[in-house]
Amino acid sequence: MSINWFKYSSPATFYPLAGKMIPFFGWLTAILMAGGLYWGFFETPDRLSDQKEYYRIIYIHVGAAWMSMWLYIMMAAWALAGLVLQTRLSFMIAKAIAPTGAIATFLALWTGAFWGETSWGTWWDWDPRMTSELILLFLYMGYMALQSAIDDPRRADRAAALLALVGLVCVPIIFWSINCPDPNECAALHQTSNPGGGNMEPNILIAMLVTALAFWMYSFVAILMRVRNIILERERHTTWVKELLEKNK
Amino acid sequence: MKPRQKRIVFAIIAVIAIGVAAKLIIASIDAGSSYFYSPKKVLAGEAPTDQVFRIGGLVKVGSMQRIGKTLTVEFIVTDDQAAEITTHYTGILPDLFKEGQGVVARGRLRDDGIFIAEEVLAKHDEKYLAPEVKEALEEAHNEAMNKKEYAQ
Repeated sequence: MSINWFKYSSPATFYPLAGKMIPFFGWLTAILMAGGLYWGFFETPDRLSDQKEYYRIIYIHVGAAWMSMWLYIMMAAWALAGLVLQTRLSFMIAKAIAPTGAIATFLALWTGAFWGETSWGTWWDWDPRMTSELILLFLYMGYMALQSAIDDPRRADRAAALLALVGLVCVPIIFWSINCPDPNECAALHQTSNPGGGNMEPNILIAMLVTALAFWMYSFVAILMRVRNIILERERHTTWVKELLEKNK
Repeated sequence: MKPRQKRIVFAIIAVIAIGVAAKLIIASIDAGSSYFYSPKKVLAGEAPTDQVFRIGGLVKVGSMQRIGKTLTVEFIVTDDQAAEITTHYTGILPDLFKEGQGVVARGRLRDDGIFIAEEVLAKHDEKYLAPEVKEALEEAHNEAMNKKEYAQ
């Protein structure tokens, strides 16, 4: 039996598949977010050894920060797949990821500012972690700007894909800005992150991982919905889109 | 080579180039200018003392005091027991500022070796534990260390 690996790489077959997946991920988002936040607010200590209630920003902040980096890697990977395999759908997915990634990055910076003001005593500082995360936001915005500045979608896709690939350099820098190989050289205001190192109350860790997973599921929902819109927009001249629109009139 | 194979080779080269670039940037950040300088580095003359820079370390336990009846506080920033920098700061200290806690201060080194801070930020660690849990863990750690010493 031969498997058709490229069955869902065509926009016409992917469109209905995405439509079926959206409610599934939507429900997962709602359940995980509600469960994670409940756990985080009611089953965890009110104060830590050195922080007070405000440490609970962690449940939004960490999920958003992880997604900001992970979505950039995914966006660059789809852009690369588009350049190599020249599949239209790959570029469409890359384009659909960018706004969600930008929102996650903004959310990480924004919640981080609140956390920083209460704990460190400042909204913003040019610390390596924060500076590199801000550059990531600019990369997302640059990708979207370049994509919309070129009228021909094929040229826009290829130009933006190159930008996404070059910008990929930023992700390891964000990661190692606080987890650098030599801890003595690692000078940052931001605390290091080591969720598995036994430094976290198990309940806090569980709530944080569940909300982070909820962010992941939400990203699937948002990206699939956006990719469906992009498919309709770009394939509007094809017969299957015309038939679909006729049917839903 | 077929066009597709050419593009795959291009992709591999691109990813390797990105990896090398990231590695080089990280290495240069590690080696070059630091976000803050430890007291040891400042005393060794590695910090740019002719301009504004940051020092980072722990607030030495028992070193914090108010100077006269002013708003200026004096405390010692230390990294290990040897290197210490006396710091002056006028203003409101952040909530987490405590003796024994991490701190990052931005300012200038005066000629007499006192660091005049314009801004003082408190660091916090990556431990998210309730106070009693942290105490219990530290106690267990100390006990284990004592036993080890005893055994030796």
